[in-house]
Parts: sequence; structure tokens; C-alpha cells
Amino acid sequence: MSAMGVGAIAIPKSFLLGREIDPLRAAYEAMDVAQKKQLADAALNAARAKGATYADVRIGRYLNQFVSTRENKVQGVANTESFGAGVRVLANGCWGFAASDNVTKENIAKVAERAVAVAKANAKIQGEPVQLAPQRGFGEVSWKAPIEKNAFEVPVKEKVDMLLAANAIAMGAGANFVNSAIFAVNEQKYFASTDGSYIDQDIHRIYPTFNVTKIDQANGKFDTRRSLSTPMGMGYEYLSPSADEKVTGVVTRYKKRYDMLEDMKAAALDVAQKIKAKSVEPGKYDLILDPSHLWLTIHESVGHPTELDRVLGYEANYAGTSFLTLDKWQTKNFNFGSKLVNIVADKTQPGSLGAVGWDDEGVKCKQWDLIKDGKLVNYQAIRDQVHIIGEKESHGCCYSQSWADVQFQRMANVSLQPGKEKRSVQDLIKGVSKGIYIIGDGSFSIDQQRYNFQFGGQTFYEIKNGEIVGMLRDVAYQANTQEFWNSLVDIADKDDYRLGGAFNDGKGQPPQSNAVSHGSATSRFNGVNVINTARKI
Amino acid sequence: MAILSKEQAEAILKKALSFSKADECTVTLGGSEGGNIRYARNAVSTAGDSSQMSLGVTSAFGKRSGTATINEFDDASLQKVVRRAEELAQLAPENPEYMPILGPQNYLEPVGFKASTAAMNPDKRADDVAKSLKVAKDSKLEAAGYLENTTGFNAVMNSKGLFGYNRSTDVSFSVTMRTPEGTGSGYVSKSYNDAGKLDTLALTKIAATKAAGSVGAKAIEPGKYTVILEPLAASDMMGNMFGGFDARNADEGRSYMSKKGGGTRLGEKLFDDKVTIYSDPLHPDLPFSTFSFDGRPQQRTVWVDKGVVKKLSYTRYWAQQKNAEATPPPGRVVMEGGNSSLEDMIKGTDKGILVTRFWYIRLVDQQTLLLTGLTRDGTFYIENGKIQFPIKNFRFNESPVIMLNNVEELGRPERTENMIVPPMKIRDFTFTSLSDAV
Repeated sequence: MSAMGVGAIAIPKSFLLGREIDPLRAAYEAMDVAQKKQLADAALNAARAKGATYADVRIGRYLNQFVSTRENKVQGVANTESFGAGVRVLANGCWGFAASDNVTKENIAKVAERAVAVAKANAKIQGEPVQLAPQRGFGEVSWKAPIEKNAFEVPVKEKVDMLLAANAIAMGAGANFVNSAIFAVNEQKYFASTDGSYIDQDIHRIYPTFNVTKIDQANGKFDTRRSLSTPMGMGYEYLSPSADEKVTGVVTRYKKRYDMLEDMKAAALDVAQKIKAKSVEPGKYDLILDPSHLWLTIHESVGHPTELDRVLGYEANYAGTSFLTLDKWQTKNFNFGSKLVNIVADKTQPGSLGAVGWDDEGVKCKQWDLIKDGKLVNYQAIRDQVHIIGEKESHGCCYSQSWADVQFQRMANVSLQPGKEKRSVQDLIKGVSKGIYIIGDGSFSIDQQRYNFQFGGQTFYEIKNGEIVGMLRDVAYQANTQEFWNSLVDIADKDDYRLGGAFNDGKGQPPQSNAVSHGSATSRFNGVNVINTARKI
Repeated sequence: MAILSKEQAEAILKKALSFSKADECTVTLGGSEGGNIRYARNAVSTAGDSSQMSLGVTSAFGKRSGTATINEFDDASLQKVVRRAEELAQLAPENPEYMPILGPQNYLEPVGFKASTAAMNPDKRADDVAKSLKVAKDSKLEAAGYLENTTGFNAVMNSKGLFGYNRSTDVSFSVTMRTPEGTGSGYVSKSYNDAGKLDTLALTKIAATKAAGSVGAKAIEPGKYTVILEPLAASDMMGNMFGGFDARNADEGRSYMSKKGGGTRLGEKLFDDKVTIYSDPLHPDLPFSTFSFDGRPQQRTVWVDKGVVKKLSYTRYWAQQKNAEATPPPGRVVMEGGNSSLEDMIKGTDKGILVTRFWYIRLVDQQTLLLTGLTRDGTFYIENGKIQFPIKNFRFNESPVIMLNNVEELGRPERTENMIVPPMKIRDFTFTSLSDAV
């Protein structure tokens, strides 16, 4: 039973892994690269000596900061730091993994030996041996996220002051409750493998968010509006507002700079309007979906089904499989969506959550096509899978949430390309006679093969004869992935392109969290089934 | 070394407390060790083991408090973490909701540790999985599964003399069996505190039967149906409703437990007469820690009795504000049922749908606790007391609050993952669309 309130903001599970550290000296007792190389070599040599045919080691320091408030109170300031090493080996054709937070030369060698023992125990019940795609070594290299302001170097007081100032705006504008928080992540990862790579990387993520609640006690009703921010692969500069990074319209939305104070005011006004809005009439509507909403539909209906491990059945017992089976891909002609649907996977896009130099098995990151002119052209695959789709090199999308967990195939940034013709959001709305314009992500659910989905949102605007006529509530749409993407008829141009993202996308057993961005421009989908979600209890 | 005895834990906590200079100090120590093995496509995909221990210190000066944790346990490290917590406390703003720490408490003797589970090793796990893989091979199905065992302990001590120690074990097994063509799928998932009860062979056979039986599913119209929810499906729905038992959210008007016009629905009849829900840290099949995270004793608590809400959980602060008993939220919950088996319940059903499990359940409306999600891994049509044929999966939009008002019959309760629930026969369960997923 969770004591977490409906309006509260949950601490992501991944934040609880580490030990807490002093926020004012949050940083870094960063270990010297030469020292990490020595430790890594100790692990790799021990694995080889015990009979491993391949080994990699990841030495990681993971810093998290979580500042949370409600109304005029600070609820929590937590800084966690987790340091340790994980060793993955191939022995007798089978994977083995072990990890420890005791990172000395002697112990890391023992961890490597334990990983080999696990591999050998499991090799007894292994069917076919693992086939690992060859990967050249890169020698000693490094990559740093191009941030402007390290969030861990910004005083906690500055963060608390901003959150409390934002909360005061909401309360002043008539909200009954408000929760707000800032999450910051820094992954300092060192990877080495028997291929001859020694890769040092510094990754940053930030996620400011809030939730405003309005109560109508007489009617016993309440409603909420969440922030229109998104987690980003950026530093604290994301929280420095910039007019150039704003998209104006029915409500202001944000590109690579977020204005929490402005959005808080808008949210308080939105929720007051939303609680009194007209309940939607169920039926078919043309939907205009803002990137702050569409990212999640892309994530669930395109990102997940194009993961090759799901296609092959490796996630059958948990996250599920995929309707995009190999036979469909093999035809080279499988109609995924309309001709406007061009979707790319990418691990390099600046500011995105998924951007890194190399993935967690030493593969250089890149961009590639998944859906081209509406046809399925590729999957997301890693080193032990690409042979199945006849490729010789991994796509570079292997990831582990920490040193303590084994790396596996995780979603790259998966994004819908904007329209090539000059089209504004207003141009899109103009052509709709009966529609709903949805902003922000809400409830989300999709089946285990990614056919049938249902999505809600934060705010819903009714469109009649090309004009927005007011707000609606109780809106959710249900569709089938292939039908939905075939109903895409119009996309705004690159000026409207924005990222949305998931800070904690879960997959695997034991479950691991991944952060991933999804870009899009506002898009129109025709004739989608909308249901009314109001009930009485 | 990750699992300490009561005496070992007490010694480390005492040592850490001896470094405290704060007005109040609470020290916690927790550790776990265990291992896992994951398989798919009838072969092992990943496996590993883990061992972790962590010490947390919360120091307070007046109403300012700070927390720091560490995973090293020599004297210098213990001293360092206490100093860090004290520095954080001095930097933190005053928390008007800070509550003074508790004095010594009496805790029940925990029952959650089983040596058979603690003794599991990589070879034992591999053997258990081999049994499951053999079923797949013999029945020409594809298995994907996961086996994990964990032994854990937690201990708490504070500067007012409170001390508690708890040790527990758990083993979890789940397996999905699919036909090679992907036209049928079956699933089981079970957890035990005693690994001696785990039978991967028998459980995998159940999943295999469901996989073979779900081939050739027919589409029937979405709508309102009588459903029989197997315990796993029932617990999937129930797991989403307990957040509403938080008194503060209810008092603040933002929960289904909020009363129109203000206040909570404590004492009201919110569910069918047949619904009784309790928690008990000493339940032999579903034990949990005998103290809460902040040192409050856990004891047997009835949350819902014959449909009437009997208890809400409170933080100590909110209990003081409301002059209420500070009941902590339970670790795990049990729902009572009847004596009928699942088979009996099917026999007594004229028309209905049998649901093995649900998937991807998400909250749609906080106000009514409306949830959406889908059936998965074995959905069957029942007529005249018999399973007639497999049916295609449905999406549902339903609230567990409405569901627990539409109870026709409850069967014999059993432990699923972290809950004990009965199979349930529910009328007017709302399916809103069909899914092609198998």
C-alpha cells in the first residue's frame, strides 16, 4: 500500500539506489581515468584467465538530486551517490554478470570471476551460444554532454526558492494544492572491454515538474494540470527561460528552455477552466496532437514495437512482444503508416535524453531510419542480436541503469520527422471541422504487442469548423497502432519541432529504468475514436 | 556479509549513534542478497547475483532535519555519514511538519525468514529453470521466465532508545509460455517466502495449458460482462486502490475516499458486504516487517470490514492534526474470500469471461479511480458452467471501487505476488475495445 498521494510526485525508483551525499558538495570525487583503466584491466584480465571469451566492465558513479516541495513547504532534499562496478562476460557461449560496490583491484577481479562462474552454471541449460557482433576497439576516448550549467553545482537554495516562488504563483491564482520538484542526474561512466576500448563519459539529465490541483468541495470534484516541461539531456540551463524557445498559442509551450513560473500561472488558470469544462461527447474526432502529448504515443506505439528484443521474444515474460514481426520487415513493404510517417532512431541528438558518444557495450552511437515514407525499414538492435537481421554492426542502443545492473537493448530516441512544407499549428487547426486539440501527456496504456492503445492528456480543446471553441474534459482516445499512423494527414514544419521524453521508462527483469526523448511537430490524425472517461462511484 | 544478525546490526547502529551531536538522531540499516536468472526463447538470456547493504542517518536540530546514507561501515565512514546528516540538517529549512522521534516501542517477533530460501544459489536456480525449460521442450512451446530469490534485513535505532530488527526472504517465479507461431500464450506468476513451496515444473505446466488452450481465440463484442478474475487478475486491479487509503489525501478532497462537502469516507460502506481487507505482519504466507519505515509498530489491521471502511493510514503529523490514531500504511494486504475453487466458480456461471491476468493498467481518472488496461495470456468465454473457447483480448475501463460493489462471489484466496486475494466473480465489468495482441 502506497502512502503516495494522488498529487504527490514520486521519487523515481532509480533515485533510491544510491547513498545520499552533501548537496553543497554534491560533486564529484571523480576518479582519475588512469586509475579506472587499471581497475578495468584487473577485471578484464581476471575474466580472461577464468576462460571468458569476451568481457566488459563498467565502473560508474551515479549522482542524483531530488528537491521536492508542496505549497509553501520543502518536503525533501535528497542527494544520492552510487559508485561501483559491473562485469559482464561470455563464457562457454553464455552471458554472466556480477557487480560490487567494493571497487579495488582485488575485488573487481573477484567480481569478474563470479561473473564467469554464473555464465558457466547457466551454460549447462543454454541452447544456442550467444553470437556477438564484432566491434573494433576505440582505445582511450571520452565524451561529455554539451551542458552549459551543471545542475549539481547550483545551490539547493536557488532550486528551493524557484520551486516555492512557482508554488506561490499557483496558490495566488486559485489552486488548492501544488506539488513541484526538480530531479537532476549525472552519470559518470567508464567502460572497458576486451575489444580494446576504454571509454570515459559524462552524462547529464534534468527534469523540473509540477502538478496543480483544484478542488470543488461542494460538488466533491477535483482535477489537476501537470507542467508542460519535459525531462531533457541538459544541465540547469534548461531552467533559464528564453523567448526564442517558446511556442505561443492556446498555451505557451517550450523547446530547449523552460519557464516554470510562466507555466505555473498557466496551469492554475487551465485547471480552473478544466474542472468546469464540458464533458466530451464520445465519437470520432480529428485529433491535433501537440508534441508535449505526441511524444508518448510515439514512445509506446513506435519506440517499443521496433525494439528487436521484443520482436524476438526476449521480453515475452514482462514488457511483451511486438506486432512488427520479422516477416513484416522482410517484405520491405509493410505499411506502418501514411506516407508522411518518417521516424528515426537516434542516440546523438543534442539535448535529448538518449544522447551519448558510445553505448554501454562500446558501440559508437548514430542515427538510423525505422519507418521511411510509412514503411517499416529497420529495428533497434544490439551486438548479440544484429546477426538475426543480417547486419554486421550493432545499432549502438545498449544501456544499463547503473553499475549494479546488466546492460541490454534499450530504446534510442525515436522521433517523427517534421513536415517538409511550411505549415503552422494554426494551418492544421483551420482545416478541421470536428476535432480535439490535445496538449500534454496523461493516462497511457497499450497492449503487449503494441496494437491497441488508449491515451489521455492534460488539456483538451474542442475544434469546430477550424476554430477552437472551448475546453473539454473526460477525454481519452483509443486506436490501433497501424490504423492510427495511417490516419496521419498533416504535420507542422520544423519550426514547431520539440522534444518530449520519459525519465523512467521501465523494461527488463529485474526492471531497469531508461531515459529517452521523442521529437515531433504538431500533427493531425483523422477520425480517431474518442471515449468519455467520467464515472460515478 | 550483507545479511547481519540482530546483534551485528545492533552493534553497528549503536556505534553510528555514538557519533551523533544532534538533538535527535535515527539510524537505519538494511541489506539484501540474492540472485536471479532470466530466460527467453527456451534459453537463459541474463543472470546475476547481488549483495547490498546501506546505512541511513537522519539528524535533527529543532525542526530542521537532514538525511545521508552510506555503504561503508568502518568507524571513519560511520562518523562521516553522521556529520553529513548533521550538516544537511543545519542547512535545511525548518519543516513545520517535523515530528519528534518515537521512544522505545514493542514490536512483534518477525516470521518472514525461511532458511530454504536464503540457501538458494546459482546451481539451484539453474535447476529450477531447467525444469521449466523441460516443460517447454516437451510441449513444443517457447518459454520466457524469471526466477529471483532475495534475503533481506532491516534495523532501526534512535537516540531515544528505540530499536527494531527484521529479517525476511522471498522467492518469485513467473513464466510465459507461447506457441511457436505466436497464436497462444499462457502465464503464471507466484511468490513465496518459503522456497520449499516453489514448484517451477507444476507452475510451468499451468502456463503451458493456458498457452495451448488460448490458440484460435474468437472475437466477441466489447461491452459489460460478468467476469471471473483469477487471483492474479484480481490483484492487478486491487493493487491500484490502496493509495486512496491515505487519510491526508482524503481529507484534502483529492481521493476517492474524500467525502462530498469535506471529510473522509471512513466508517462508510463503500464496497459490497463480501469485501473484507486486512494486513498482518505475521501472516504465514504474506509476512512483512513488524515496524514501519519511521519505527511505528505494525500489527494486524482491518482496513475494510464487510464493505465498511474501518481504517485510513496517517502520517504521524497528520494524525496529530486530526487527533487520530497514527496507523502506518500496511506492508502487504490480504483480502478474505470464500471456499469455492476457481473450477467451482466457473461451474456456477451461465455466461461470463475468465481472465487470467491484466496488463498495462494505468489510472485514467483520479476522482473515480477509473483504470484502463488489457487482458493478457489467456482469456476465455464461459457458458453453461464450462469454458467454451478462448477469446481475443479486451481493453477495459473500470474502477476497482465499482468492481468491489459488483461482487457476485469470492473464491479461495491465494498469494499471487505481494497480495493474497480470492478469485472474484464480478458482474458488469466494462470492456471497451478489442486487441489483436496474443
